Amino acid sequence: MSTAHATGIPAAPDVRPGDAPVLVRVRDLHFSRGRKAIFQGLDLDVPRGRITTILGPSGTGKTTLLKMIGGQLKPSSGHIEVDGQNVSTLGRGPLYALRKRMGMLFQSGALLTDLSVFDNVAFPLREHTDLPESLISHLVLMRLHAVGLRGARDLYPAELSGGMARRAALARALVFDPMMIMYDEPFTGQDPISMGVLLELIRTVNSALGLTSLIVSHDLAEALSISDHVVIISEGVVVETGSPAELRASPSEWTQQFLNGRPDGPVPFQLPASDYEAELLGTRTGKGGSR
Amino acid sequence: MIDRIAGFGRFWLDALERFGRSQLFLARMLGALPSLVPRFGLLVRQLHANGVMTLSIILVSGLFVGMVLALQAYNLLQGFGAEAALGQAVALTLVRELGPVITGLLFAGRAGSAMTAEIGLMKATEQLSGLEMMAVDPFRRVYAPRLFAGFLALPMLAAMFSAVGVMGGYLVGVEVLGVDAGAYWSNMQGSVAFVDDVLKGLLKALVFGLVVSWIAIFEGADCVPTSEGVSAATTRTVVYSSLSVLGLDFLLTAVMF
Amino acid sequence: MNSRATEILVGVFMLIFFAAMLVLALRVSNLTGLGSGAGYSLNASFDNVGGLKSGAPVSASGVRVGQVSSIVYDADRFSAHVTMSVNEEFVGAFPEDTTASIYTAGLLGEQYVGLEAGAEDIMLGDGDEVTLTQSALVLERLIGQVLFSRSGAE
Repeated sequence: MSTAHATGIPAAPDVRPGDAPVLVRVRDLHFSRGRKAIFQGLDLDVPRGRITTILGPSGTGKTTLLKMIGGQLKPSSGHIEVDGQNVSTLGRGPLYALRKRMGMLFQSGALLTDLSVFDNVAFPLREHTDLPESLISHLVLMRLHAVGLRGARDLYPAELSGGMARRAALARALVFDPMMIMYDEPFTGQDPISMGVLLELIRTVNSALGLTSLIVSHDLAEALSISDHVVIISEGVVVETGSPAELRASPSEWTQQFLNGRPDGPVPFQLPASDYEAELLGTRTGKGGSR
Repeated sequence: MIDRIAGFGRFWLDALERFGRSQLFLARMLGALPSLVPRFGLLVRQLHANGVMTLSIILVSGLFVGMVLALQAYNLLQGFGAEAALGQAVALTLVRELGPVITGLLFAGRAGSAMTAEIGLMKATEQLSGLEMMAVDPFRRVYAPRLFAGFLALPMLAAMFSAVGVMGGYLVGVEVLGVDAGAYWSNMQGSVAFVDDVLKGLLKALVFGLVVSWIAIFEGADCVPTSEGVSAATTRTVVYSSLSVLGLDFLLTAVMF
Repeated sequence: MNSRATEILVGVFMLIFFAAMLVLALRVSNLTGLGSGAGYSLNASFDNVGGLKSGAPVSASGVRVGQVSSIVYDADRFSAHVTMSVNEEFVGAFPEDTTASIYTAGLLGEQYVGLEAGAEDIMLGDGDEVTLTQSALVLERLIGQVLFSRSGAE
């Protein structure tokens, strides 16, 4: 619940009593890439068993946040806790063990291009376990059926449409029954039917398997339609959190501009520039001299 | 002016940083090699991609180089009346120098650039990230097999290059130019020592294999994950590998021969 | 590309490699001599071996009968000690007064050891020494001889 007051600046989120326990805890996160500061004191909670969406304008480092939760990037300061473990201090062994309990869906699916869909979904099983092929085959077919791609099992990633590739990647992410799945911009560039399929899958998978889902997106309508909990990030800090209903009722003007897609508001239409009239007249005078 | 100097300094510092990164990368790759033993299939696939696929260009080039060598050496030796030494001239040049070096350059251009492009593309399409998130170490699954395959393949290709080159020299020298066949082979056999010449040449090729593969894999893994980034990395691989082969050749020849 | 085809091709690749190595070992370099069975060894001392190398042929009447297996400097006798490995079929073919000389094949050719049989009845056995030897021609000495003989004649 956001606590925006007279100052108009929302405070950091707090966990209400009676909430599901928190799976991912981000505290005071700082991170820069080169000279550009990406996170400047980010605080975030991802409740267990719910669908959480992280919204924000493009370029706010939402994908970077997912990578940091997965341990691929290390913060400059602050810490990230997943299921009680501090991710950035984990050695390679414990980190890999933790990653097996997390699934990640990349924007383009990130399927291995030299393997068929079946082999791609079977890949984690073959790499990490000694299960017999028959058992692996069962597990893979079950996951493929859950995402509706059992008929595509022998196709190669190059032959799949974007939506199908994402579904295949989802099947792969589900193969170890993870505790959490992270979705990086899953709705970008999808046609309405694929979009519907994906939304349905995310929702079903979350409730049927009791997962925690963390979605990063800037596709508002879709994200809000399935989320239980929403976090809006801007300028490297959390600007607003709450359920979709709470957000829609937020008094913050910035949030209202963002949610309704208004072209002008706290984020102005005109980028800061010099005075319009002065610039126009100045140009004309320059040209007039040549007459 | 100061900016120029600062820029120049920054360029060299960046280059140094990159070089250091590549060393750490190599160390990690070497550390991942033992894990290859149970996963022979990965190595076989890479041997196919790098070794077998480069075979045709090596054999054809070897033939032509051997033939040209015979032509040129014949011209030179004629002046001394020493045409009989043609076999020895062709064989020694091939086995000690041209075999390892030209194979190294061809390998860098064909297999090296292919490796860089493949890995760069895997980076750009987030496949490498995907592997990491599936708790699979890309060093074990992607990089180390390619390094080892290149390391093995280059000396093998160099041996084939030299062998075919010697045949090519025979074709031109004996069949076309009329050098005595017996003299061609016996002079050669008398002056080419297996350990000193052939094996040392293959040792050079071994070193080249390591360096070229290392550069190719590192450039791919380190590239900017866009299409321009991948193509720039591929170019860098070919250029740096070729220069390294030639530079190392000088060093190794000075030390070994 | 299925893995079976891949494996077959890699197998072919390895075969071609071994073939190339065989060619390099046997036809291109001098590994041939090593496989030619037992044979026996003869020793000889030369004042100067010139450009004779280990592995150089040992011939009798122009026919190859063996090869030089080692050349070392003998500090006791201040000469070069050459060990020759002669093929099995020529055991006992060389009498005690055989001469071993170092010749050059052709103008720029390699140097080899030529054996000329003498007339004695007793034959050389394994490890025996060929006592009559003629060193390689050293160009400087030759020129020196020519100058010396010319100035002597004047």
